[in-house]
Amino acid sequence: MSTLWRWTKEFGRFWYHFLVGDDWTIAAGVAVAILVTWGLVESGVSAWWALPFATVAVLVLSVVRANRRA
Amino acid sequence: MVAIVIGVGMIRGWRASLVGAGVGLLVLVVLSVGLGTALTSIPIDTLRLVIGALLLAFGLGWLRKGVTRVAAKGFAGDEEIVEDDGSREQRLGLDWTGFVLSFKGVLLEGLEIAFIVVTFGSTANQLTIAAIGGASAVVVIGVVGAIFHRSLRQIPRSVLILSVGLLLTTFGTFWAAEGLGVHWPGDEIALPVILGFYCLVAAGLIALQRRRLLGNPQEAYS
Repeated sequence: MSTLWRWTKEFGRFWYHFLVGDDWTIAAGVAVAILVTWGLVESGVSAWWALPFATVAVLVLSVVRANRRA
Repeated sequence: MVAIVIGVGMIRGWRASLVGAGVGLLVLVVLSVGLGTALTSIPIDTLRLVIGALLLAFGLGWLRKGVTRVAAKGFAGDEEIVEDDGSREQRLGLDWTGFVLSFKGVLLEGLEIAFIVVTFGSTANQLTIAAIGGASAVVVIGVVGAIFHRSLRQIPRSVLILSVGLLLTTFGTFWAAEGLGVHWPGDEIALPVILGFYCLVAAGLIALQRRRLLGNPQEAYS
């Protein structure tokens, strides 16, 4: 049981570091960007532009946060 | 596929990247041989969305690190600081992040090639010839990558982090959007356009960062 628990914890920790890393706003921003793009696609909008622009917004936000932390 | 494997190999280590690519190819071969023409029943859009979103989240992290480090230290970089680029979780003696990135890149692009091979091969009743053609293309691309990876070793690590961040973000955007049902103008031709767009954005951010750091020079070395 303890081995299983340790593996589960390590597995969760790896994916947390992989996805969230040192700035949780990137993972959250990507999730929101994907949801918004999905909503536009479902509404019949040709939304090829949505994800690149949302990605840039997430990047700018992350750089600004990095500057504040520095 | 090769761009991701080489980029990850340069930054996270060749062993993890090549093992990840090898395991990805192995899974691909097992799936292709095991499923045959049933391969096309795999929900490729879901796979594109999941892998694209993961690459996008991870790629953006590297892109931000690349932008801030190139802005602070220039294109020559600062090897001592660039070395510390996040957690390096080891499993079975491998950098797990490098393994997963290469594995996913090879598996998804390999599956796309396998779908094309199966679709065209079965339509024309020439599945064996189509499979040989697909496998040959993978070998040729691998050889080209092996030739060019030596010259890539000359590039400073901070620039590599920026470049790989740009590549992962580009592929992540393309695949995640396709998985959502987006139709890119020009299909695969959109890839270099997205990459160019992100390059311009990164260049603009680096310029803005440099200007900010010039006004506050001690921050660049904090």
